[in-house]
Amino acid sequence: MAEMNEQQSAQGKETTGAAAIKEKVEAKPRNLEHFEYDNSVARNFAIASLVFGIVGMLVGLTAATELVFPQLNGGIEFITFGRIRPLHTNAVIFAFVGNAIFAGVYYSLPRLMKTPMWSKALSNINFWGWQLIILAAAITLPLGYNTSKEYAELEWPIDIAITLIWVVFGINMMMTIIKRRERHLYVAVWFYIATFVTVAMLHVVNSFELPVTAMKSYSWYAGVQDALVQWWYGHNAVAFFLTTPFLGLMYYFVPKAANRPVYSYRLSIIHFWALIFIYIWAGPHHLLYTALPDWAQSLGTVFSVMLIFPSWGGMINGLLTLRGAWDRVREDPVLKFMVVAITAYGMATFEGPMLSTKNLNAIAHYTDWIPAHVHVGGLGWNGFLTFGMFYWMFPKLWKTKLWSTKLANTHFWIGTLGILFWVLPMYWAGWTQASMWKQFTAEGMLAYPNFLETVTRIKPMFALRAIGGLLYFSGAIMAVINLWQTARQGSFQKAEAAAAPAMAKTFKKPKGEHWHRWIERKPVQLLVGSFIAVAIGGLIEMIPTFLVESNVPTISSVKPYTPLELEGRDIYIREGCNNCHSQMIRPFRSEVVRYGEYSKAGEFVYDHPFLWGSKRTGPDLHREGEIGGKMYKDAAWHYNHMYDPTSTSSGSIMPRYPWLIEDDLDYSDIGKKIAAMRTLGVPYEEGYEDQQAVADLQAQQQKIYDDLKEKGIKSADPNKEIVALIAYLHRLGRDVTSADDTQEVAEK
Amino acid sequence: MSVIYILIGFSLIVALAFLIGFIWSIKNGQYEDDYTPSVRILFEEQKPQSK
Repeated sequence: MAEMNEQQSAQGKETTGAAAIKEKVEAKPRNLEHFEYDNSVARNFAIASLVFGIVGMLVGLTAATELVFPQLNGGIEFITFGRIRPLHTNAVIFAFVGNAIFAGVYYSLPRLMKTPMWSKALSNINFWGWQLIILAAAITLPLGYNTSKEYAELEWPIDIAITLIWVVFGINMMMTIIKRRERHLYVAVWFYIATFVTVAMLHVVNSFELPVTAMKSYSWYAGVQDALVQWWYGHNAVAFFLTTPFLGLMYYFVPKAANRPVYSYRLSIIHFWALIFIYIWAGPHHLLYTALPDWAQSLGTVFSVMLIFPSWGGMINGLLTLRGAWDRVREDPVLKFMVVAITAYGMATFEGPMLSTKNLNAIAHYTDWIPAHVHVGGLGWNGFLTFGMFYWMFPKLWKTKLWSTKLANTHFWIGTLGILFWVLPMYWAGWTQASMWKQFTAEGMLAYPNFLETVTRIKPMFALRAIGGLLYFSGAIMAVINLWQTARQGSFQKAEAAAAPAMAKTFKKPKGEHWHRWIERKPVQLLVGSFIAVAIGGLIEMIPTFLVESNVPTISSVKPYTPLELEGRDIYIREGCNNCHSQMIRPFRSEVVRYGEYSKAGEFVYDHPFLWGSKRTGPDLHREGEIGGKMYKDAAWHYNHMYDPTSTSSGSIMPRYPWLIEDDLDYSDIGKKIAAMRTLGVPYEEGYEDQQAVADLQAQQQKIYDDLKEKGIKSADPNKEIVALIAYLHRLGRDVTSADDTQEVAEK
Repeated sequence: MSVIYILIGFSLIVALAFLIGFIWSIKNGQYEDDYTPSVRILFEEQKPQSK
C-alpha cells in the first residue's frame, strides 16, 4: 500500500533476537522490522480467568442454593448469603470476566498494533497485581469488610491497589498503541481505549471514601448523592467493564474465528462513538421512583432508551459478520458460543431500555426479573464470548487442535440450557412476586399482606435457578478439562515471530485544503460529531438549571445516628443486609400500604453510605423503626428472628445469624467513626466522641437490654452485636414518621 | 445534589476527551478507508513473507 512505498527510504531495524529469523533478514525488504509477540501474559490471564471463573460460579451456585436451603450456611458468618453474594459478583465480574478481558487484550492488541506489548515488566505487574487484588477480595469479603456499594464492595486499601494496577494496564496499553507499526487503529482498539479511560474515572469517583480504620471507610457522599454516584458507577461498570471491552473482543475474535471481515466497518465506528457517549448518562434508571430528583430519573430513562440503537448496531454487526459462514456455525463450537453470546447481548440490550421506562421499572425493580436480565448478559454475553474466545485462542497458543470438539459442543448445549434454566424461572418469579406485591382485594386491602407469602410462592423458581446454575457450572468444568487437555497435547508458543514495516512518520493530507474539508467528505462522521457537540452543549445548558433545584430538601426532624445505631449500621453493612433488603419505599399505593410513608430524599442526609438496596428478597426496612407502623417489631422479635428467622416467620428463607447474639460489640473505634462522620458533614458536636459518645452508647445498650429482659429474653446481654443492630433497625425511618415536625424545610 | 456537578464535570471531561479523540482520529486519517482494516486483521498471522 501507499504507506509501504513511503517506507522504502526508512531505515530498517531488527529488534528480534530469534536467530532463525535473523538468517532470513538479508533476503527481506530493508524496511521490514522483526519482533516477537509474547504469548505468556495472555496465557496467564486466560488460565486465571478460568480458575476464578470456576470459583466465582461455585460461589454463585452456593448463594443460589442457600436461597432454597437457608440452613446451608450452618450458622457460619463467612459463608452466609449477605457476604458471599458480593464475593460472587466481584469474582465473576472482576476475576472471571476481568481476566478474560486482559487475556483478550494482551493477545489481540500486539497483533493489531504489530508490536509487542510495550513493557514486559508492566504486563507482569498487571497480571500479578490483579491476581493479588482478587485474592484480597476473596479474603476480605467473607470476613465482612464491605463498603456496601454494589460491585464496589472492596474496602479502601484494595480500591487504591485497583487504581494503581489499572493505571499500569493503561500505560502499557497506550504506550503499545503509541509505538505501533500499523497506523490504523482497528475498531477493537477504540473499544479498549474507551474502557480504560472510563473505568478509571468511574472507579476513582465512586470509591471516594474517608478511611476510618485500616479496613473501614465511609463514602464521601451521603444518601441521594451517594445513590446517584453509585449507580452512575454501577451502570457504567456494566457498560465499560462488561460491554465495551467485550465489544472490542468481539470485533477481533469473531472475524478471526469466522475468517470473515466485520459486516460493516463503518457501522462499527458509528456505534462505537454513539455507544460510549450515550452510556455514561444512563445510570439513574437504577433509581426510578426513588427519592432521586425526577429530572435525573427522566434523563436516565431518555438516554437508556436511546442506547438501544448503538447496542443493536453492535449486535447486528457481530451477527452479520457470520453471513456466508452459517454453515460453519453448525460445525464449529467457537462460532456457536459467539452466536449465542451476541444474541444474548442483543436480548439484554433490548431488555435494558425497556426496563428503563418507568412503567416496566415499576413492576420489575426489586424483583428477580433484574437478576434474570443481568444473567442473560453475564452468562450469555460475557460467559459465552469468553468461552468462545478461549476455545479459539488455546489451540493457537499451544499450536494444536482443540482436544475435543464433541466436549465443546456438549459444553455449548449444557451451557445454553443452563442459561435458560437460570433466567426463565427468574423472569417468572419476578413477574409473580411483583403481581403479588401489587395485588389488592376488592375491599382495598393488600391481597398478600404477609411479605413472606410472596417469597415462599417463588421458592420453587429459586430451586430451578440453582439447577440452571449447576448446568452452566458443569459446562464450565467441561471447558476447563477440554482446554487443559488441549494445552497438554500441544506445545506452548511462548514467543511468536512476526514482522511488519515501521509506521510512516506522517499522514499525508491533501495540501492547501480548508481544515473543514475532512469532515465534509464524511457525512456520517459529521453527523456523529455534531451530535456529540449538540449533546454536550445541551448538558452545559442544563447545569444552571440543576443549580436552582440542587439541594435535597432538608427535614429538621432528621438527626444523626446515635453511637450505638452507628455501630449497628456498620453491622448491617458488614453482613450485607442490603443485598436482600431495600430501604427505599417508592410512592406507590401498594408500597405505602405495605411499608408505610414513602421515602423522602431528606431522610438520608446522614447516610454515608446510602443503603437503599436494589433487590427485595426480603421486605423493605425503611420504616422498620416507625413505632406503631406497619413494619415495627419489638426488640425481642428481632432478637429471636436473628437467632432463627423461622422461629418468628415460618418458612422464611433468611439465614440464621447466631453470631450476632454471641459476639461482643467492638466499639473501640466509635470515636474515630464519629470524627469521620463529622468530617463528612454530619453535625455531631465538637468533642462528642471523647466521653459522651461511649456513655450514650452504653446507656442505649442498657435500655434495649432492659426491654429484652422485660420481654422474657433470658440470654440477653447488653454488650452483644445484636443490641446494636436492634438499635439501628429501630431508628430506621423513625425521624420523619414519629416526630411532630414532619414538614419539609426546603433549601438549606 | 451538589454531587451532580462532580458527575457531570467528570462525564463532560471524558466526553470531551472522546470528542478530541474523535477529531484526532478523523484528522489522522483513521476513517479514510472503512473497508481494508476489516480485512487486514484477518491476514496478520501470515508468517513474514520470505522473498
